[in-house]
Amino acid sequence: MSDMSDKENGNYISYLRYQGKYRGILSWLLSTDHKKIGLMYLYSITVFFFVAVVLGLLMRLELIAPGKTIMEPQTYNGLFTIHGIIMIFVIVIPALPAIFGNFFLPIMIGARDVAFPKLNLFSYYLFLTGAILGVLSQFAGDGPPDTGWTFYVPYSAESSTNVIFALTAAFILGFSSILTGLNFIVTIHRMRAPGMGWFRMPLFPWALYATGWIQVLATPIIGITLLMVIAERVLSIGFFDPSLGGDPVLFQHLFWIYSHPAVYIMILPAMGIVTEIFPTFSQKPVFGYTAILISSLAIAFVGYFVWGHHMFTAGISVGSRWFFSFLTFIVAIPSAIKVFNWISTMYGGSIDLKPPLLYAISFIFLFMIGGFTGLTLGALAANIQVHDTSFVVAHFHYIIFGGMGFATFAGMHYWFPKMFGRMYNNKIANIAWGINFTGFNLLYFPQFVIGIQGMPRRYFDYLPQFQTGHVISTIGGFILFIGLILMVYNFVRSKRVGEIAPANPWHGVTLEWQIPSPPPHENFDIIPEIKTKPYFFGSTDENKSS
Amino acid sequence: MAGQIPHTEQTDSEAGKLGMWIFLFTELFLFGGLFLVYAVFRAKYSAEFHTGAAELNALIGTLNTVFLLVSSMTIAMSLTAIQKNKLNLALLLITVTILLAALFMMNKYFEWSHKFHYKLYPGSEVMRNLPHGEILFFGLYYMMTGLHAVHVLVGMILLSVNLFKIRSGKVTSSNFLLLENSALYWHLVDIIWIFIFPLLYLIT
Repeated sequence: MSDMSDKENGNYISYLRYQGKYRGILSWLLSTDHKKIGLMYLYSITVFFFVAVVLGLLMRLELIAPGKTIMEPQTYNGLFTIHGIIMIFVIVIPALPAIFGNFFLPIMIGARDVAFPKLNLFSYYLFLTGAILGVLSQFAGDGPPDTGWTFYVPYSAESSTNVIFALTAAFILGFSSILTGLNFIVTIHRMRAPGMGWFRMPLFPWALYATGWIQVLATPIIGITLLMVIAERVLSIGFFDPSLGGDPVLFQHLFWIYSHPAVYIMILPAMGIVTEIFPTFSQKPVFGYTAILISSLAIAFVGYFVWGHHMFTAGISVGSRWFFSFLTFIVAIPSAIKVFNWISTMYGGSIDLKPPLLYAISFIFLFMIGGFTGLTLGALAANIQVHDTSFVVAHFHYIIFGGMGFATFAGMHYWFPKMFGRMYNNKIANIAWGINFTGFNLLYFPQFVIGIQGMPRRYFDYLPQFQTGHVISTIGGFILFIGLILMVYNFVRSKRVGEIAPANPWHGVTLEWQIPSPPPHENFDIIPEIKTKPYFFGSTDENKSS
Repeated sequence: MAGQIPHTEQTDSEAGKLGMWIFLFTELFLFGGLFLVYAVFRAKYSAEFHTGAAELNALIGTLNTVFLLVSSMTIAMSLTAIQKNKLNLALLLITVTILLAALFMMNKYFEWSHKFHYKLYPGSEVMRNLPHGEILFFGLYYMMTGLHAVHVLVGMILLSVNLFKIRSGKVTSSNFLLLENSALYWHLVDIIWIFIFPLLYLIT
């Protein structure tokens, strides 16, 4: 196998060098190859990510001391709004399905592409349009939107800023997300390799399958809700305006009916990625295959019915409050099942502590902190105390950044050799991990503390007693930033001058490791036939002996 | 053909249909949001919804329902026609479908402009002075029928594309996925109207 990994080897042309109908840059921009589309997502999302990171750092700088530090209050409102919109709608919701899903879903199920390659390219351009509109809303027209990413009415119907831009951006991004989900569902249904029954499918595709259904079934609700807010602004249609008989709380319901399941759009693929990493770096079959996939589906299902926990203080009835609180606690069960399975997978394995595994383990750690504090928030009495404080901010950054973000980094370190055919520098990767992990915890942990003490979220100013926490948090932010830069530097450098990667550097057993690195244009010369369950590290396995 | 993509699209018409069905689900959920809002306000302001509905012209609504139901039938027939390789019949039936859709839109146009004439549209002075329930009723009326009309237009475009594709031999008796999916879409447009019609016109 390893002699085929050489890019220049005449045996095959890698997808990176394959040109197709068009030459040069167009061979990328117009390519319907799922791998190239995956990389285009990767590059665009990285750019937008750093835009949003810089906005976040500016907010942290502002908060380093009470009172005005570097910006006006209105600027601050604009910053946290657009930071949220970019991070949520442009990065965490689409990133994992769009980057790794596109690149690896077809390969892992033994297909040559997704079911609808052209639609896939179309989704990318929808995504790009939405993302650019989102960033433009910050500059064009009547000033940056200042509603927060949640667009709560009545303020979002009245604010004189560019809210329509941002709403349209989110609407388009939602549509792109629907099409990607739809594409993946059909791909998984129709294009699995011969012999790959549902229960022989690796768990990352399973996670994408669950995610796909949420994307398809929840996103239209936000679509119509955003349209209603636009109608509210343009036509004063009155659905959410009490002075015309409407109901602002109705908006909150509609918004969270989508936006809570959206949290599972973010985290399920992340869980899928680490589920791939643990068996490979323990050289052991995944523990509890069926339990993991059922818990994915269970999370997706129950996730639909917990939206009310965002509204405990909005005046909903006592009955619905305990109902939503109860269901919120139920979600903890499948999540915990996954954690136990990951740990049991490592137990007794021959653990190889490479960067992907480091990130995956820190994923568990950070995700658990995020998860437990989620239970604090889901408990009715505690919720009243910490509602809309920086405790909430810390909680969801632990889940979204500590969970989904670190899983993305894990996936990047895991699949980088396959995607680009080069190895990265392990030492730099380990150092960057250390900096990221330290910086992350310094950045967000203090926010739990000051949150419990009463620091509100989205405030430009604060009482002096919170300053220590804010200073630590800001320092952490900059440490994290250094770590991120170092990590990206490592990737960019390795992509050019890294060691040539073998086909299977980690001795993985899923299908993507059975083809050369980087993969040929059509992935497989001959579509493989699947004869065993996934994660079969048998002694007959040729990868182990190499 | 050198360098041409031999990109074997492993896709099949089953996949195409499955994709379409899933897409139709998302459309149902899109309208579902509006139906939800309708349900909430109908429960809150049921009396005013009745007076609001009395303002709507049930005759035009019924006519439009008939147009759409018949058009659903003709598009289904065109699908059968193409399967039996009767291309001209299929073309004719699709054209009839498009014409029925145009009649629907024409009615809609007169209906809306009639209301505009009385300055009964969201944001207008007249509308503002109505009781709350009626404001919301007409808001929903415009939003639901408006979004539905957009779908009718999209459906008409899709069907017109089919006309060209059949003429140029891209849609044939063995390869009619595009027509089948367009017909599915058209049925969706129809079924949503089946719900909108009684909820808005017949609740007096």
